[in-house]
Amino acid sequence: MALLEIRELHVGVENREIIRGLHLNVNAGEVHAIMGPNGSGKSTLSHVIAGKPGYEITGGQVLFRGENLLRMEPTERAAKGVFLAFQYPVDIPGVTTMNFLRAAVNAQRKAREQQEFSTPEFLKRVREVAGSLNIPQHMIKRGLNVGFSGGEKKRNEILQMALFEPSLCILDEIDSGLDIDALRIVSSGINALRSPERAMIMITHYRRLLDHIVPDIVHVMSKGRVVKSGGKELALELEACGYAQFEDAA
Amino acid sequence: MKQVSAKADTERATGDVFAAARGRLPGAGPIPQIRARAFDVYKRAGLPHGGMEDWKYTDLRALIGEVLPLAPQPDAEALVRAKASAKQVAADQAIKLVLVDGIFAPELSDLGRLENEVVVRSLREVLENSVSGAMAGLMLSTTSDSAISLNAAMATDGLVITVAEGNAVKRPIQIVHVATGLSVSTYTRSYLQLGNGAHAAVVESFVPAEGASGYQTNDATIALVGDEASLSHIRVAAAASDAVNISSAIIAAGTRAKLDLFSMTCSGSISRYQGFITLAGEGTKLSANGVNLVRHKLHADTTIVVDHAVPHCTSREKFRAVIDDCGRSVFQGRIVVRPGARKTDAALTTRALLLSDQAEADSKPELEILADDVTCGHGATSGALDDTLLFYLRARGLSEKDAQTLLIKAFIGEPIEEITSENLRDFVTAQAEHWLQAGR
Ligand SMILES: Nc1ncnc2c1ncn2[C@@H]1O[C@H](COP(=O)(O)OP(=O)(O)OP(=O)(O)O)[C@@H](O)[C@H]1O
Ligand SMILES: [Mg+2]
Repeated sequence: MALLEIRELHVGVENREIIRGLHLNVNAGEVHAIMGPNGSGKSTLSHVIAGKPGYEITGGQVLFRGENLLRMEPTERAAKGVFLAFQYPVDIPGVTTMNFLRAAVNAQRKAREQQEFSTPEFLKRVREVAGSLNIPQHMIKRGLNVGFSGGEKKRNEILQMALFEPSLCILDEIDSGLDIDALRIVSSGINALRSPERAMIMITHYRRLLDHIVPDIVHVMSKGRVVKSGGKELALELEACGYAQFEDAA
Repeated sequence: MKQVSAKADTERATGDVFAAARGRLPGAGPIPQIRARAFDVYKRAGLPHGGMEDWKYTDLRALIGEVLPLAPQPDAEALVRAKASAKQVAADQAIKLVLVDGIFAPELSDLGRLENEVVVRSLREVLENSVSGAMAGLMLSTTSDSAISLNAAMATDGLVITVAEGNAVKRPIQIVHVATGLSVSTYTRSYLQLGNGAHAAVVESFVPAEGASGYQTNDATIALVGDEASLSHIRVAAAASDAVNISSAIIAAGTRAKLDLFSMTCSGSISRYQGFITLAGEGTKLSANGVNLVRHKLHADTTIVVDHAVPHCTSREKFRAVIDDCGRSVFQGRIVVRPGARKTDAALTTRALLLSDQAEADSKPELEILADDVTCGHGATSGALDDTLLFYLRARGLSEKDAQTLLIKAFIGEPIEEITSENLRDFVTAQAEHWLQAGR
């Protein structure tokens, strides 16, 4: 059984159809890349998988380990192992990153009927992972993402991904805003999380990310559909020729 | 026509209340006459009503209609109930001074643990034995507010807390006001006198005893803060759900003093906190903050008037309201900069979080600037919880309720963070969390 199976998905926002009959199969252990022009519906797809309210699902199915994901609350999806690294992570003044991380990790563990971490255990774990991502301790003590640079926010998303240990990671433009060194650090953080039990979907505009994290399958998305899928060479082809050749297919 | 007769009825009722109480009100020498004068001032204006600019949003005449009879002296059974409630709200480390139904209860208080740096007497004792001219003067209302005049007329007791020049009181002093009665009113009046260079932190908690209901509390705190003295004053009002709480604070500070004021209202039927703060000496810094936590039908009004009377003073005010159900929160913040009060630096922000469609927030920031070369600013916003933030938290595994709670805590954390003492910050946070838990 595929970890994630999307069949003939149709999604509308404010009476406009954004996802228009999309199919996607992702198996455990695979890394998929989704590329596509601005506005083709990539972030919308990621939001629908994570359960963001405000979208109208007009047709199709999204199955996670065979279960109907669309019927679950976002909280439940997270507990089941769905993780979305946002294209635009929010900042929340007054909630320290550390307090937020602890609340989130323990909520997920509780939902999975795992024991909650003790405070010292958790602090140690956060320090380790943060260290490997070059996130200084003082950042963790500040308000969540408050005053963080774009790149720091992205690193903070990967920190969470590492702590939550999800089975499906959707990374929406994790490479945007990262300098060359940060891209290397974040990529190695992501690569360290590759495992036969875990699948990843990376949404990106740039081949450079895929040089660091080599995907098994590359999809081209246009106008709300997957219009072509192929191996990692497809990313090179896109870079050379652009998306124009797929416009008609959509 | 109807309103006029309602006013007449109210006044008759109130007049009766004063006449009936008179014999029980403490005071030697000039005090009875001062009370009668204060009552006359009150009677001329009547209960505060919507026609008075300061009471525009809180028309007590319409909301409470009448002043209830004075609470009887608490009996032994009432004291037992009061003791349990006072214990529940005790702040860590604090020296407790308990007022039950408007009467000081030394047997429930920690007088034995008082530090040498502070002198505490009951108002009753002071009024009956040693009325100095200054004290007599203080009994007179120092503002024209009619609720404060009524308080001066009717006050049965209170605390007179004096910290002499240069003395610092280490532990916070907590005045716990416990109401035990049914459909009665209480009037308390306390004085905080801090000499030059003195320091004290005073917490005032308002709580009902088990079984108390429908009561009215009218409290006034008058603080005189000397040069280079610092006062923290924290009020937490958690009245019974059908009770009325009116708390007034009249505070004046000298030169290079520090004022750290905080008020939180978290239950009751009608609540009004009014602070009149005069910065009377140069270089003084005021931080005045507050939170209204409003649900059910609570109407909670916070009105703060800051008077920059002299140059070079700073005032910062942060006010937040969380409003659920049919609740209503009012915030009025007036900043007056007197002629000549140059280099005044004043800022005020007020924000309301509306958790239901019927929730209502009114805010009225007002600047009255009569001097040149001043920096004054204010901002007011209101709105619901941010859906984008809620979704982010839920997508990370928090339940909808937990996500909301986290965001509300962060929202009210801003003014709470301004409280200088960590211990008192934790105390206020715990009370706020209690409110959050109770609503789930
Ligand atoms: N809440 C919304 N209301 C109205 N239109 C929306 C909303 N969300 C998305 N859209 C529209 O849906 C389309 C797809 O948006 P989406 O963000 O999914 O694109 P994308 O592929 O992620 O683009 P990019 O590469 O720029 O991130 C866009 O035309 C966008 O304007
Ligand atoms: Mg996008």
